[in-house]
Amino acid sequence: MEDGRLLGMRVTPLNARRIENFKANRRGYWSLWIFIAIFFVTLFAEFLANDKPLLVRYDGAFYAPVFVAYPETAFGGDFETEAEYSDPEVQELIEEKGWILWPVIPYSFDTIVFDLPGPAPSPPTLQNWLGTDDQGRDVVARLIYGFRISVLFGLVLTIVSSMVGIAAGAWQGYSGGWTDLLFQRFMEIWSSMPQLFMLIILASFIEPTFWILMVFLLLFSWMGLVGVVRAEFLRGRNYTYVMAARALGVSDRKIMFKHILPNAMVATVTLMPFILTGSITSLTALDFLGFGLPPGSPSLGELLNQGKANLQAPWLGISAFLILAVMLSLLIFIGEAVRDAFDPRKTFRA
Amino acid sequence: MTGAATGDGPALLKVTGLKTHFPIRKGVLAHVTGQVYAVDGVSFEIRRGETFGLVGESGCGKTTVGKTVLRLIEPTAGSIEFEGRDITRIAKEEMRRLRQRMQIIYQDPYSSLNPRMKAADIVGEPLKVHKIVSGGALRERVEALFERVGLRPEQLDNYPHQFSGGQRQRIGIARALALSPSLIVGDEPVSALDVSIQAQVINLLMDLQEDYELSYLFIAHDLAVVEHISQRIGVMYLGRIVELTDKRTLFSNPLHPYSEALLSAVPIPDPGVTREGRVILTGDVPSPINPPEGCHFHARCPYATERCRMESPSLKEVEPDHWVSCHLHEGNVADATELRPERT
Repeated sequence: MEDGRLLGMRVTPLNARRIENFKANRRGYWSLWIFIAIFFVTLFAEFLANDKPLLVRYDGAFYAPVFVAYPETAFGGDFETEAEYSDPEVQELIEEKGWILWPVIPYSFDTIVFDLPGPAPSPPTLQNWLGTDDQGRDVVARLIYGFRISVLFGLVLTIVSSMVGIAAGAWQGYSGGWTDLLFQRFMEIWSSMPQLFMLIILASFIEPTFWILMVFLLLFSWMGLVGVVRAEFLRGRNYTYVMAARALGVSDRKIMFKHILPNAMVATVTLMPFILTGSITSLTALDFLGFGLPPGSPSLGELLNQGKANLQAPWLGISAFLILAVMLSLLIFIGEAVRDAFDPRKTFRA
Repeated sequence: MTGAATGDGPALLKVTGLKTHFPIRKGVLAHVTGQVYAVDGVSFEIRRGETFGLVGESGCGKTTVGKTVLRLIEPTAGSIEFEGRDITRIAKEEMRRLRQRMQIIYQDPYSSLNPRMKAADIVGEPLKVHKIVSGGALRERVEALFERVGLRPEQLDNYPHQFSGGQRQRIGIARALALSPSLIVGDEPVSALDVSIQAQVINLLMDLQEDYELSYLFIAHDLAVVEHISQRIGVMYLGRIVELTDKRTLFSNPLHPYSEALLSAVPIPDPGVTREGRVILTGDVPSPINPPEGCHFHARCPYATERCRMESPSLKEVEPDHWVSCHLHEGNVADATELRPERT
């Protein structure tokens, strides 16, 4: 049997079957593509929603304010500081000798819109498609950046906590005996701590940044995979081919990663999308409570909180809710499809 | 117990008084509540180029002997000498290097190969791990090994499930052979194969022995197979060797009542023959957790006396190179024959 190929990587027949199974689940398959498309677009949020123009033509020269900070004097202004492109005076200066190419949404997540029709939060208009929040910032821009930071945070947290969890579970299961017993008790104590309160307490005396928050959440999220990996390793260390590898003089680490870990991969990969949704949810929850990302960051949880505080401005709560609902549903659909694709007992239509 | 065999060639492996006990743990604190006396004082020697057969019914500890000899299971007591060197207590890393010289072939050709690895990677793994060859030379070595054990080089990149049972066992043999060891422990290497394949694999093992001067510790429960391949045979019962001699003596003149029973259980493939005086054992093997007092075999032995219930016999040389552990055969062989009671 020849191995197939996917994206230039060799794929075993078994994995080829899994990919087929995944594709057969239309809902999960399309969810994956939609999610990838949205995520890909938001990765370029700076080109989509920014208070700096994509391109400026001024006096016969091109300027790219997205990448480079130009002083106002470059466009014939008075100040040495970076040009405020949203300032009508600067715009006039530039348009005298050229033109400005704006992104689709001419606001960044932290741009305060001054020429609002009413007090902030102001309702949707042609300029601000979903209105502004209570500090006069454009909601669409905040949603785009908020989606990106949520998914990136979730992905990094999932990868890091999976690595920690797999390493811990592998070590625990492979060692067995007292190591296993003591570590299991430690896990029981650790996991019985009230996580949310611990995080709130921690966040209240250390000002959390993106990475500090990551470490906080990692403190508890790494335990998600330890159980399954440990079980696989407890079972795997007694397989005859593992004993055979030991008899050949293969080192413990090689045995763990080459001979036993692949068996744990199915359980791990199946759980990963759900860890991702869990990570995003916990970040949102902390943001909602005001213990998450530093103030001013574009965060979906913070927007939800604003929606709760400003019930007279339903565009805040509804848009944040919709984005979260779509994102989490897509991820759950993908997760279900992955889980089913790895299920050897499941049959699929051809 | 003394070394149970004295031979002409130098001993490659010398096992003395080997004991492997497994603790039984219970309760929250996992305190030891008992022991499984899997191997309880076993001594034997294997000479260079020799095949030593170890037979016994299931649960008698023969596999544990094999694994303990390779220190895949740690011995509780006794000593293992390999190539003149005591390896009973040497460090893990040193043992890892020594594994090049001693290998094992497993009983089950299905579970002993990693289903996710290609045949070439399985056979090449020991060479890679011990950094003997790599790259193109590795592939060549693996190919040569493949041909040596009777597999086609086109099959190098197949996965284990694409092979038959006999072919898989050949992969296992090639893997054991890769490091050119001097001792191979065969842990019932043919008992999972069907009879026609058994013969092929046995013949392959014997050919390899001749070519590479291998020594085998051949563990089996099938006496016909052991008779074919071994020069000397040890009969095990409940963690102890009860009789140890060359195969001709064992099959023509078994002295221990258990060996007798074992031999008379070998079927004769001729429906016309009715065998006289078959020794049929009653009862089951006692539990190795609570082995009986005295001789382990006394509960099932047709000749058991009061002494057998009280006192454990030791392995004694009753005639040159014929060791028996039985109170009936303590003098020389003449006495022993005299002492043997009439069969009923």
